[in-house]
Amino acid sequence: MTVAVGIGAWSRRHMLDVEGLSRDEIGRILDMAVEMRIARAERRHRSLLEDEVVGLAFYEVSTRTRVSFELAAKALGATTVDLSVAGSSVAKGESLVDTLRTLERTGVTTLVLRHGSSGAAHLAVRTTGLRVVNAGDGIHAHPSQALLDALTLREAFGTLEGIRLVIVGDVVHSRVARSNIHCLLTMGALVRVAGPPAWVAGFEEWPGIDVATTLPEALDGADAVMALRAQTERGAILPPELAEWRLDTERMRHADPGAVVLHPGPTNEGVELTAELANGPRSLIGRQVENGVPVRMAVLALVAGAA
Amino acid sequence: MSQECFGSLTDSPAAFTVVGARVMDPVARTDDIRDVAVVDGFIALEPDPAAERIDGRGLVLAPGLCDLHAHLREPGGEAAETVASATRAAARGGFTTICAMPNTEPPLDSAEAVADGSSVDGACRVRVIGAATIGRSGEEPADLTSMAAAGAVAFSDDGASVRDASIALRVMERLGELGLPLVEHAEDADLAGAGVMREGLVALRMGLAGWPAEAELRVVERDIAIAEETGARLHVTHLSTARGLDAVRSARSRGVAVTCDVTPHHLAMTDAWVAGSRRFAWNDPDELPDRAYDGSCRVNPPLATREDALALLAGIGDGSVDAIATDHAPHPAERKLVPFDEAAPGLIGLETALSLGLAAVESGRLELGALVAALSTRPGSIIGETRSLAVGSAAELVLFDPEARWRVERETLASASSNTPLLGMELPGVVRLTVAGGRVTYRS
Repeated sequence: MTVAVGIGAWSRRHMLDVEGLSRDEIGRILDMAVEMRIARAERRHRSLLEDEVVGLAFYEVSTRTRVSFELAAKALGATTVDLSVAGSSVAKGESLVDTLRTLERTGVTTLVLRHGSSGAAHLAVRTTGLRVVNAGDGIHAHPSQALLDALTLREAFGTLEGIRLVIVGDVVHSRVARSNIHCLLTMGALVRVAGPPAWVAGFEEWPGIDVATTLPEALDGADAVMALRAQTERGAILPPELAEWRLDTERMRHADPGAVVLHPGPTNEGVELTAELANGPRSLIGRQVENGVPVRMAVLALVAGAA
Repeated sequence: MSQECFGSLTDSPAAFTVVGARVMDPVARTDDIRDVAVVDGFIALEPDPAAERIDGRGLVLAPGLCDLHAHLREPGGEAAETVASATRAAARGGFTTICAMPNTEPPLDSAEAVADGSSVDGACRVRVIGAATIGRSGEEPADLTSMAAAGAVAFSDDGASVRDASIALRVMERLGELGLPLVEHAEDADLAGAGVMREGLVALRMGLAGWPAEAELRVVERDIAIAEETGARLHVTHLSTARGLDAVRSARSRGVAVTCDVTPHHLAMTDAWVAGSRRFAWNDPDELPDRAYDGSCRVNPPLATREDALALLAGIGDGSVDAIATDHAPHPAERKLVPFDEAAPGLIGLETALSLGLAAVESGRLELGALVAALSTRPGSIIGETRSLAVGSAAELVLFDPEARWRVERETLASASSNTPLLGMELPGVVRLTVAGGRVTYRS
């Protein structure tokens, strides 16, 4: 049984990154997510992935991503296996590849992998026969997050074409930022990154994006502002001028009057943005979380060839 | 590939005549098609009429290759390589001498270890580079004088720089008296930090920690200053940046005794290989994301930018790079089958060095004569070995087909390890015969 959204078979067995996906492919995932949201409410497609065993291997802590992948898999009838790293042979020093091969032998068909090393999902593809969905690898990619961000923005603006998005904060340590850059550039949005110099270092060489060095300059004309937290666990050092980069209602006046605010979470309210802004009318942060399950349902269905 | 066989330096002396090969002798500055006779292990004027005649037409006969930088892993790392397997890999790659780096377990930091390491039997000559500091700890100069007396040809803490400038100064003062070079792995540990690939846009996009070119330059400049002050010889190994080469060039023009080598992989591969490309530096990269993050591309110093690779290649052509040295660094498969940032740095090179050089020659960016010199006579002279094809010399040569192709495959490599991103690729250049010290060490 398959869900028909778009034309032709989905040819990708893995979801490693948004980089490399075409505009049509991204559009199709977002359309599929919309269908999945309705289907979930109507309790349809509840056995679409009944032959699938989805292994959730999270080598880093996660709330939103892990929970929403699990709910997405269950909503489509898949069996889920949760490899909680602390209670598994990983804690006994087993290598990543050995653990993944063990999961494969026990019957897991689709791996949802989060790992602290960039490229860990690529390694899983090379060393196992599993379908691999990257749920975050180091500071490289977080494709399902970028896709749910794209869906959230598309809902808000009706299109992604020509939308002016600025990503503010610790861009250099952010896999979310990298996947969003790939996704939104492909979809025809205008992307700017901004933050203290050490947090945007090197991005001026990235073709197609702007780098802003002050917050007013960053926000100028923006339709959407994505705030990022400092990834201190990845070596980010809080710069002395951090307060100058905190988003608040007053500073948002530099942006377009209708500008919206996003954040991949978890937020540090009062640090990268104020609680007032995070919980205010311009915030789409709650909607981002809500879009997590349908987007991940779409991703799981597509890589399984069920759509 | 035809039948292969290996010999050793203790075999009986060889006798054969190679007929009609292109004979390249960088010392005599000759390059012509002629016959070369070997009688009783020596190059002879008159062939032994009873000896085998080898058809050399279409082949190149050159001095045996000399590698200034190899990791044999014995003692302590026998799961990756042994003296026996490394010397077979060397002979198969056309090498007649390889210099063993001292970062074994335990390190080669004593006269006894140097003597043991220099007297091994195998399919090529092994010369030992002694540790510059005790235990390679960087804290106190090792007993350089006694190691030199035991046969050490140079000194190095390879795997790291001699970290402390004051220790480097004391080491080089002593080496100035001994007339032997410090072989420096130029990497400022603070600047290199946790970097796992060359800093730049490719690293940024891949989310891998960058290793800046300054990490190399800073140590190169430091050591040039010490060499200038002490008069000691400095040899910068596995130079990977154009800026590092510029520093070497300008020091040499001031008369500082500095030489350098570059690895075949820093000439032929670039940071794009980490992202999955398998096209040589002189071609446009391809994009095969399935091969991205392959641990076999993790090496230290990291694969450089295309601009660096082409600058280093030009340096071989103009003579500012003295030698191509492999930094042959075998690792067992499990040390590479891990996320990229956890992979052990290094790749094997003895069996592919000549082939990568020949690929560069085919690209039109390198002369065959410059390649041969950079792989044989010029590195030889750095460790005091002469390589001559003149009559009366002990036969020390390689005969290879520069155009024949071979596929790099795990099963056919003589090395005990197969950590190279070249696996599965077809390369030009097949060695037909290697002769070291008058003995046939490899034949195919």
